[in-house]
Amino acid sequence: MITLGIDIGSTTSKCVLLKDGQEIIASGLRVGGLGTEGPEEALADLWKLTDLDPSAVTRTIVTGYGRNKYEGADGEVSELTCHALGGRFIFPDLRTLIDIGGQDAKIISLNESGRMSNFVMNDKCAAGTGRFLDVMANILRMDINDLEACAAQSEKPASISSTCTVFAESEVISQLANGVSRPDLVAGICESVASRVSALARRAGVVPRVCMSGGVARNGAVRSALSKSLEVDIDFDPMAQYFGAIGAALYGYRQALKQNS
Amino acid sequence: MAEEVKKPEEVKKPRKPLDPNSAKYKLGKIASDAFATAIEAKKQGRPVAWVSSNFPVEIPETLGLATAYPENQAAGIAARGAGERMCEVAEADGYSNDICAYARISLAYAKLKECPEQDVAMPDVLLCCNNICNCMIKWYENLSIDLGIPMIMLDIPFNPDYEVSDAEVAYVTGQFWDAVHQLEDLFGLKWDDDRFQQVTGFSCRSSRAWLEATAQAKYTPSPFNGFDLLNHMAVMVTARGKEEAGEAMETLLKEYKENHEKGESTFRVEEKHRIMFEGIACWPYLRATSRGLKDRGINMVTTIYADAFGFDYNSFDEMIRAYCSVPNAINLEKSRDKRVKLCKDNNVEGLLVHTNRSCKLWSGFMAEMSRQIGKECNIPVTSFDGDQADPRNFSEAQYDTRVQGLCEIMESNKEAKEA
Repeated sequence: MITLGIDIGSTTSKCVLLKDGQEIIASGLRVGGLGTEGPEEALADLWKLTDLDPSAVTRTIVTGYGRNKYEGADGEVSELTCHALGGRFIFPDLRTLIDIGGQDAKIISLNESGRMSNFVMNDKCAAGTGRFLDVMANILRMDINDLEACAAQSEKPASISSTCTVFAESEVISQLANGVSRPDLVAGICESVASRVSALARRAGVVPRVCMSGGVARNGAVRSALSKSLEVDIDFDPMAQYFGAIGAALYGYRQALKQNS
Repeated sequence: MAEEVKKPEEVKKPRKPLDPNSAKYKLGKIASDAFATAIEAKKQGRPVAWVSSNFPVEIPETLGLATAYPENQAAGIAARGAGERMCEVAEADGYSNDICAYARISLAYAKLKECPEQDVAMPDVLLCCNNICNCMIKWYENLSIDLGIPMIMLDIPFNPDYEVSDAEVAYVTGQFWDAVHQLEDLFGLKWDDDRFQQVTGFSCRSSRAWLEATAQAKYTPSPFNGFDLLNHMAVMVTARGKEEAGEAMETLLKEYKENHEKGESTFRVEEKHRIMFEGIACWPYLRATSRGLKDRGINMVTTIYADAFGFDYNSFDEMIRAYCSVPNAINLEKSRDKRVKLCKDNNVEGLLVHTNRSCKLWSGFMAEMSRQIGKECNIPVTSFDGDQADPRNFSEAQYDTRVQGLCEIMESNKEAKEA
């Protein structure tokens, strides 16, 4: 059975084709989330990677910020459930998932049997999310993907004390003008995100095994700052950004099985 | 668990006129009459008091003083879409947008003296009690200065202990009678013990019926939609000491009992899940917050916010203790235990917390309290950002994701239990 999971976030669209709830056979990712061509482009990429066509799909589930607006799915599920499912698909003994996406951060607790038991999300503020990193990379005229390597060269991470993204932007500009090195600033920015998110994680309670999902998971500097702050190992998988889409496809598979039984 | 993407369009039926014998009609009339009565009193030259919601209503009611409740007015203004406009008036005068939005709306009204969304009679005196919050004191002090009228303060401080001490009762009792004497002196009014007994009788009658009505949620399915309580409680805030309030509350209780017997409910869809709602309602988005639950078959069956305005007592001493025990005046442990009882009595499966930017006191300790409630009751907990009256602090998409996540956990818990 083939199921399709689509995760339409605030900044990116991801999709995954799953075979029999076990094997990822294709995936697609495009920058551009809700309100853009991102979902269609990501799907077009996905179909190019397989001999299958859309008629092979038994069930399509959509998740993410744009789930309510997407019309081509059989059902929609929150990204919370999907990230929990996707995380557990990759790490079968996962108990805590830290997802940092474009505009929100969430800590999801799973019980021993893998069911989501609780979650904590950030408030409306974008500090501690991917958008915060986007804004900071933009000020520093850097590609977001280069932040990790730059932070690795830091000798003394700068302190970014402002919570507000706009005020933090001014703070970074001011520190740049005062001669603080770019690596120290980038490391400080990553620590600032980790500090916000670890406070949320403590509220939810951190039980190993812990992993990260979402676009920010790719940033090793944030991962290691979080790991240090929470005093726990944090696992990472190259498919971390697809956890929502994997979970949606898996959800569709389980739902189809239930309906057929 | 998965939500179908295409939802059938809701066909709106034309509204039937309300039966004048129904609780909804009676309660709605009492709530709207409360404003009209004070406006009429003012026209006739009688004094009007602005009163904080948990001030002992027995005082103005016994003395025959006309009353208006700024919190109730602000909630009405916010629910009718004028919260932002009024808040901006106060902010332009230098009030921070971090201050309670009820306070900002009220201070703006004191300046403008009109707001078509909910006008009230202007006051001759202010009756303030800080058992609901300390922001109230500065809010009323500024009203007093701006309007040039006296403020009578009843100080009921936050109680860090579990029980109300005799010393606190004595402290509040002294102030109770001092407030009475000040009002007698100010307006030539006369305290009448017989009238006081009558008023306390009305207040207790209203409270008993109200608390018994809200307790009908113990039945599954609940005979009512919990959002009904948010409307009906206006009567408990503004008119619980009036005879007609008791009669209307008894009608409400009778209707809920009948609903249960007939297997009916004012929650018009299948009750799939039952939650407790924590915090003051998000008045500017009452429809959105209600629909987000109802569309998923989630009934908000209980909230401490509604029960907070039920004052049942058998003596003067018990009355004072009741006013010292309102939700925002008690410590975390007692607050938690009251909520845990509500959750258990009403078979609650999840807790939805309104992190209300206006109410620092209430929202501040909810992170820890809700964690303890979730653990004690073994239920999932989620919170959303919002405000009781300032519409700029709410995001419908974020609310929706949190409610859906909560719903999915409750569904999954149910499936696990059945398996």
